[in-house]
Amino acid sequence: MVVWTDFERSTIQDIFSKMDYEVVGPAALTRCLIVYPWTQRYFGNFGNLYNAAAIMGNPMVAKHGTTILHGLDRGVKNMDDLKTTYAELSVLHSEKLHVDPDNFKLLSDCLTIVVAAQLGKAFTAEVQAAFQKFLAVVVSSLGRQFNYRAVRLHKVGVSLKTLNV
Amino acid sequence: MSLNAKDKDAVKAFWAKVSGKAGDIGSDALSRMLTVYPQTKTYFAHWKDMSAGSDPVVKHGKAVMGGVAEAINKIDDLNAGLLNLSELHAFTLRVDPANFKILSHNILVVMAILFPKDFTPEVHVAMDKFLGALSRALAEKYR
Repeated sequence: MVVWTDFERSTIQDIFSKMDYEVVGPAALTRCLIVYPWTQRYFGNFGNLYNAAAIMGNPMVAKHGTTILHGLDRGVKNMDDLKTTYAELSVLHSEKLHVDPDNFKLLSDCLTIVVAAQLGKAFTAEVQAAFQKFLAVVVSSLGRQFNYRAVRLHKVGVSLKTLNV
Repeated sequence: MSLNAKDKDAVKAFWAKVSGKAGDIGSDALSRMLTVYPQTKTYFAHWKDMSAGSDPVVKHGKAVMGGVAEAINKIDDLNAGLLNLSELHAFTLRVDPANFKILSHNILVVMAILFPKDFTPEVHVAMDKFLGALSRALAEKYR
């Protein structure tokens, strides 16, 4: 169970309540697709992603960026049970979308940088720590399904190690 | 993921804009690293004061950015250019290279905060690649 301090809770609520999802979402996703171009593999049907300008002007990317932020919003509203909140999305990302979970961290880093640029000096080290902690827990919850095989076996008292797999 | 000519130009152009604040960037990045990634404090147990703005943090922030500046000057051959620093980190400091990534991330965060308009996605990718190349050169002598 993740323990949140009062400072962490109020910081997360504050940041997201003041955020314009339709600006930050697209900015974070476009940055991710530009800075880590291999992430474009998941957006084959998004049309023109040939260069930074194309990515930044692509309406499908912008729309998806906003969708992602709304997904994060669910976590902001359920900080005490992120595991359950993201169970379904975790299955979606692993079983249907086949996203390498390392990509979640790449997107979080871009989101951190976009928010830092927006908040400026207000994005203090302590605020950064709270924000990154929140994103880390979301990323971990989103990644749970990928290890489901291990989790399911563990529940019946078996470890992958003893099975030699 | 080596640096092409476009990356090098972008890094040098951005550095020309920000180098005046190099000391501040270094000390802020270091403070953030110590706060957001507390395991990094283990390397500085000998400091009396690790708080933001304290003497050791400010002084060390300047030293780190001095290294970055040197790397930019030697951008065409980072392995040769950073040989001494690599030996220092490998044999004397023995900093786990995983931490280079952590400090690099915090340097990028500070650049985004101080230069929001200039730190575009294109500049971001060039700087990220540069700091990655710098980190690899720094780890060159480890084993």
